Amino acid sequence: MANDNTPILEMRGITKTFPGVKALSDVTLSVSRGEVHAICGENGAGKSTLMKVLSGVYPYGTYDGDIVFEGEVSRFKTVRDSEELGIVIIHQELALSPYLSIAENIFLGNERAKGGVINWAQTNRQASELLARVGLSEAPDTKIMDIGVGKQQLVEIAKALSKKVKLLILDEPTAALNDEDSAHLLDLLRHLRDQGITSIIISHKLNEIAAISDNTTIIRDGQSIETLDMHGAEPITEDRIIRGMVGRDLAHRYPDHTPKIGEEVLRIEDWTVHHPNDSSRVVVDHASINVRGGEIVGIAGLMGAGRTELAMSVFGRSYGTNISGKVFLHGKEVSLKTVDAAIQHGLAYATEDRKHFGLNLIEDIKRNTTSANLKRISKLGVVNASEEITWAERFRKDMKTKAGSVDAIVGKLSGGNQQKVVLSKWLFTEPEVLILDEPTRGIDVGAKYEIYEIINKLADAGKAVIVISSELPELLGICDRIYAMSQGRVTGQIPRAEANQESLMRFMTQEKSGATR
Amino acid sequence: MSASTTLAQPSAAPDPSKKNDGGSLKSYLGQNLRQYSMIGALVVIVVLFQIFTDGKLLLPNNVASLIQQNAYVFILTIGMVMIIVAGHIDLSVGSVVAFVGGVTALMITDHDIPWLLAVVLAVVLGGVVGAWQGFWVAYVGIPAFIVTLGGMLIFRGLAIVLVGTTVAGLPSGFNDISNGSLPAALGYLGNLDGLTVLIGVLAAAGIVISQIRTRRELVKNDLRAEPFAAFIGKLVVSIIVVGYITYLLASSAGGTPIVLIIVGALVLIYTFVMNNTVFGRHVYAMGGNLPAAMLSGVKTKRVNFMLFVNMGMLAGVAAVITTSRAGSAVAAAGTNFELDAIAAAFIGGTAVNGGVGKVTGAIIGALIMGVLNIGLSIMAVDAAWQQAFKGLVLIAAVAFDIMNKRRSK
Repeated sequence: MANDNTPILEMRGITKTFPGVKALSDVTLSVSRGEVHAICGENGAGKSTLMKVLSGVYPYGTYDGDIVFEGEVSRFKTVRDSEELGIVIIHQELALSPYLSIAENIFLGNERAKGGVINWAQTNRQASELLARVGLSEAPDTKIMDIGVGKQQLVEIAKALSKKVKLLILDEPTAALNDEDSAHLLDLLRHLRDQGITSIIISHKLNEIAAISDNTTIIRDGQSIETLDMHGAEPITEDRIIRGMVGRDLAHRYPDHTPKIGEEVLRIEDWTVHHPNDSSRVVVDHASINVRGGEIVGIAGLMGAGRTELAMSVFGRSYGTNISGKVFLHGKEVSLKTVDAAIQHGLAYATEDRKHFGLNLIEDIKRNTTSANLKRISKLGVVNASEEITWAERFRKDMKTKAGSVDAIVGKLSGGNQQKVVLSKWLFTEPEVLILDEPTRGIDVGAKYEIYEIINKLADAGKAVIVISSELPELLGICDRIYAMSQGRVTGQIPRAEANQESLMRFMTQEKSGATR
Repeated sequence: MSASTTLAQPSAAPDPSKKNDGGSLKSYLGQNLRQYSMIGALVVIVVLFQIFTDGKLLLPNNVASLIQQNAYVFILTIGMVMIIVAGHIDLSVGSVVAFVGGVTALMITDHDIPWLLAVVLAVVLGGVVGAWQGFWVAYVGIPAFIVTLGGMLIFRGLAIVLVGTTVAGLPSGFNDISNGSLPAALGYLGNLDGLTVLIGVLAAAGIVISQIRTRRELVKNDLRAEPFAAFIGKLVVSIIVVGYITYLLASSAGGTPIVLIIVGALVLIYTFVMNNTVFGRHVYAMGGNLPAAMLSGVKTKRVNFMLFVNMGMLAGVAAVITTSRAGSAVAAAGTNFELDAIAAAFIGGTAVNGGVGKVTGAIIGALIMGVLNIGLSIMAVDAAWQQAFKGLVLIAAVAFDIMNKRRSK
């Protein structure tokens, strides 16, 4: 019996090389029994690789170094081997089957059955017990597709508990969750900690790490840099963690910017949008906003506030039904019934989900860059390949996109570089209004700063910029004026000087019944 | 200068897009394994059958009939690649060939329409059929699998109604499309047809010039061009292959088959369309990521519609060629043609999920199928076994593709 002082997990001198690249170099990680241990680092620092080594995705023999779990050196050949010892990893992309029930998913691959025949009574009873433990009050026979992402996350944890988990690894568990669900999840982790379950959490959200973790290990460029004791004498601030991640102090997380605001460019009046599948549901409710040249306007809101829906419905009616309201460009009313028309009128919309809606991941940089405005480099329908390369190359240099050449396949770039390709693509359409939906989502701290600089540069060039973001500090850091949305309505607008997180949050949570309309 | 340049450290993550990757010949071949393996497979199959058939496979007349017999696959697979790249499938082309072929034959025999006009009308009719299917796929949103499965039944049924069993008595001019060759207008050089030799020389020159221009463009823009040795090697091999095929055709009974000119022109046109036009780009963009294409302003419905119209027109061309080859319209014509075209596309490296695929690749796929067909026929292998064998080759080709992709990950 190991006593409580020995760590539950020790990874010693882990080195993992891919052809030509050292992804991990002599990484050391020590996790104590019954703690929440955070791992943070920039994208590509090697966090996920380390967890894949730990969970047996990369089998023993493909890496150097030792994994010591509960005092014994482990040699996992498959993920199953690690699960048998009680190490369960929950990946960023949830691995649930949408058409199966919660109970079926919990016991998938581990069915409550005798002789191949499922014991449904036992399945559902045990599922209910597990759901109670994670604080989810759904019937076990509810289908996964009928519950939200936050609840799905809880089902994943229930599934892990069913496997008698001792060490739970969560890779970016709150990336897709709203604040409420995130808070619930963090509570649950604390609760599990009290029951003796150790967790490792990988997260980009530094405030969460500060709130929940007992120790934080920082990984940079494939090396373990330091482990911070979060309950030590010296309080650990977010800036302290960032310093470890980027290797130096970040004096300002947001670049300084003095706006040069001009005339109004875009005005949206009385914009109402209904849900595409349920036309009785109002998603955007009589919203009115405007943005001027050189101005960066933010839109804040919780999940479901209708920010993305507002943007997409304006952008060539790419979302929603029964759309009503008016769009003015330079004071003149315009009709933007198709995406093509919106682009022609100088609108650009860079989506929040670049992998699914923004980029063709199997194509290269140059073809993605030109894809929204092939007209610009073609004559009589024939594309001028040479001009295409020249343009793509120019944007690559301007944006400092890191890639060997514009021939590089976009799917293989890092998140920050992919985002730069998205921005290149929309700048190539020569827009007057840029709507940037979560422009820094899933991007590491250093690259975020570069994106902010690009946004400032665009505003300085006279463009009207709308930034939709779920990170309030980001909006407060870069916007000149911020709108708040709640339940489809624009509930307020605050100039930068007067805005703070609390004032925004009040507008963002304003209930419909309290409205005066 | 600004903080940004120093902040974003190059991470330790694998960066496969490093420059100079194309530097060494070995790594270049590694990266282009799929492309070369397909050509390699074709060469291996040709050599094997050359041995198994005691050298009969590459007899001049056999090469000519290889082209004539398989012209329909070449033509259909061009359209099929485009359809599959966009993320669809077309199961109806075999039935459309029978239907359009039947109408064409009836126009000529029963309605005394000049055969040349009938050929034009056949292509138009194919386009109308394609518009019918494209309407359901693009504007109503029914999956192409369903629409063309319906089309397969509809047009086969209509073909039987119209044709009965056979419509014969077609003029010799019409029959020459698939069975005839270009006239020996330039006389003979020894026993070689002069016109064929001229065409061969022009083709070789065309390949060399276009390759040099492409390479110059790449180098000029500092993009990854293949190593010089590979470039020269490719040119030399292309010249030898074109030269050898020219020699074989020039010494065959007829010279250059007429269908070779038709197929060659279509391959050139569609390679250009897919590589260099806005339309082609939109097809790849839709196959690679449909929502992203929509949000980039691509008129996806219109592109889908046009793809099916185009497929129908190519099916019309194939119908003419098939009817001409047989010398009559048969209700059962074109049976399994869709499967040949789809198989050729997949053997030629088209991705099952769309987004990736080349006209030239599909043509190589069709050649592999064609060589199998004629080689096995010369060896007098039973037709049933031929079919089974082709099925195995299809699975092997796609399996190779998948394993290759997995390894490169």
